[in-house]
Amino acid sequence: MQFGIFSVGDVTPDPTTGRTPTERERIKAMVAIALKAEEVGLDVFATGEHHNPPFVPSSPTTMLGYIAARTERLQLSTSTTLITTNDPVKIAEDYAMLQHLADGRVDLMMGRGNTGPVYPWFGQDIRQGINLAIENYALLHRLWREDVVDWEGRFRSPLQGFTSTPRPLDGVPPFVWHGSIRSPEIAEQAAYYGDGFFHNNIFWPADHTKRMVELYRSRYAHYGHGTPEQAIVGLGGQVFMRKNSQDAVREFRPYFDVAPVYGHGPSLEEFTAQTPLTVGSPQQVIEKTLSFRDYAGDYQRQLFLMDHAGLPLKTVLEQLDLLGEEVVPVLRKEFAKNRPADVPEAPTHASLLGAARKNAAAQEGARA
Amino acid sequence: MRIVVVSAGLSVPSSTRLLGDRLASAAVAAAGADPADVRVIELRDLAVEIAHTFTNGFPGPALSDAFDAVGGADALIVVTPVFSASYSGLFKSFFDALSSTDTEALTGTPVLIAATGGSARHSLVLDHALRPLFSYLRAVVVPTGVYAASEDWGAEGLDARIGRAAGELVALAAGTSARSLPRQAAPDGAVRAVNGSGAAPGRGASGSAPLPRKDSFENVTPFEERLAALRPGG
Repeated sequence: MQFGIFSVGDVTPDPTTGRTPTERERIKAMVAIALKAEEVGLDVFATGEHHNPPFVPSSPTTMLGYIAARTERLQLSTSTTLITTNDPVKIAEDYAMLQHLADGRVDLMMGRGNTGPVYPWFGQDIRQGINLAIENYALLHRLWREDVVDWEGRFRSPLQGFTSTPRPLDGVPPFVWHGSIRSPEIAEQAAYYGDGFFHNNIFWPADHTKRMVELYRSRYAHYGHGTPEQAIVGLGGQVFMRKNSQDAVREFRPYFDVAPVYGHGPSLEEFTAQTPLTVGSPQQVIEKTLSFRDYAGDYQRQLFLMDHAGLPLKTVLEQLDLLGEEVVPVLRKEFAKNRPADVPEAPTHASLLGAARKNAAAQEGARA
Repeated sequence: MRIVVVSAGLSVPSSTRLLGDRLASAAVAAAGADPADVRVIELRDLAVEIAHTFTNGFPGPALSDAFDAVGGADALIVVTPVFSASYSGLFKSFFDALSSTDTEALTGTPVLIAATGGSARHSLVLDHALRPLFSYLRAVVVPTGVYAASEDWGAEGLDARIGRAAGELVALAAGTSARSLPRQAAPDGAVRAVNGSGAAPGRGASGSAPLPRKDSFENVTPFEERLAALRPGG
């Protein structure tokens, strides 16, 4: 099972000091956080993609390329890549390039984005959101798998004899996750392709997450990719920890109370009762995270949101120490218990390459 | 028959709640032999969770339970006080939160609209505010709405209007629960099977013919169909 972090990349004032980091500080902080993730033994760093203030990560492959050069092991991902408003041709090129530079340590999570004006800013129509996600991804899927593509669709100029370069590393496209919170259509899309499905459950009650994941699993099996239990599921999480749980609550409350998204709403206590947010000791985080399996089944990727709401970099790095040293080692051990042998790990470049070679050998054998 | 009353009255006791209760008893009487159970939802008790739905994006447990009741109702009675020449903000917010959680929650549900006010001057609120709201939510709005001004509680006529409106509500509810709304065929049992563990109950579990509640997790369009629809010339 993979454990990692995902960052929204928001520039938010620290409510306890009133200070807002500069964009440069925030961008450098994201890099420092990614490097720390590798240092403390996490597996994945994923960056959001946004095209409006107060967010900085508009150019994910630039950032991930830089992080790739400064890490050895860390899997680089996105949360999410806007499949609706980015040109699928450019996504194919950018992420194949990143794949080569990062020696295959790359996957992506597709999303539609939740900022309405981004559509018109990029020349698209928000009413076509789902259709854009479907058509653009269908094209991207082909561009990574066919050397020469003739294509005609509804939302982009046609392609005649087009080759997307560089070709994917070793002829193996990056693994793709599809992220969605509310749209069953996207769970259906992920299932159709046999891709991963990431439910960003951090602001949602468990029963909603359960239904989305169940839908994806059953449709994954319907499309013949394996049993429902073998579908590739990722979940979010959101935690703030101190050794003593009361210290965690006291320190995090001012950030919670005015946080973007849920600030000025429910109390910290209500929100932690109803959503995956955990504010407390590492042991409480372990217990809450293990409970995700009760409604999502054995899953492959757990990403935590750690750097948001104006938390200073120093605090976030301390949080990552706790996550890497006290939480994830226990989670690895506990999630491995009773995990059926036929539940796969999250696909990586190595595993996909191995499968592709085995497949090719089998076909060779059948021909001989 | 499951009858649900949504009352946006704020004071205790409240004439809005009183009107809701009167309408509900009239509906139970009109249902006659058909056993009816009545549930009253006081929005006052849910005010904080309603506000949180807008900040969080999902309803809290008590509100969620109220949404399930409203979504599963065979007949709905909604009563609001008139505030600033319209329904109250709390009343509107409840239905905003409901429809943002489930856009189909009221589709096909017979709804009796009612309002209370200090004088008869606002009685058209039923037709200029409540009726379009529930038409938008795809409910079947009962022709007779009931408006009760303070003076109506001591005057003749209110009883008769309550009786007529309740009778119409029950007749519509009996009519809609006797038929099944067409539902999109699933390609095989796969999608349907998922719903076995889903939380949303269909309408009509009280013994009338099942009228399935629409749910975004049911009837997911198979992906091939979506792809095909985007093909040029498709």
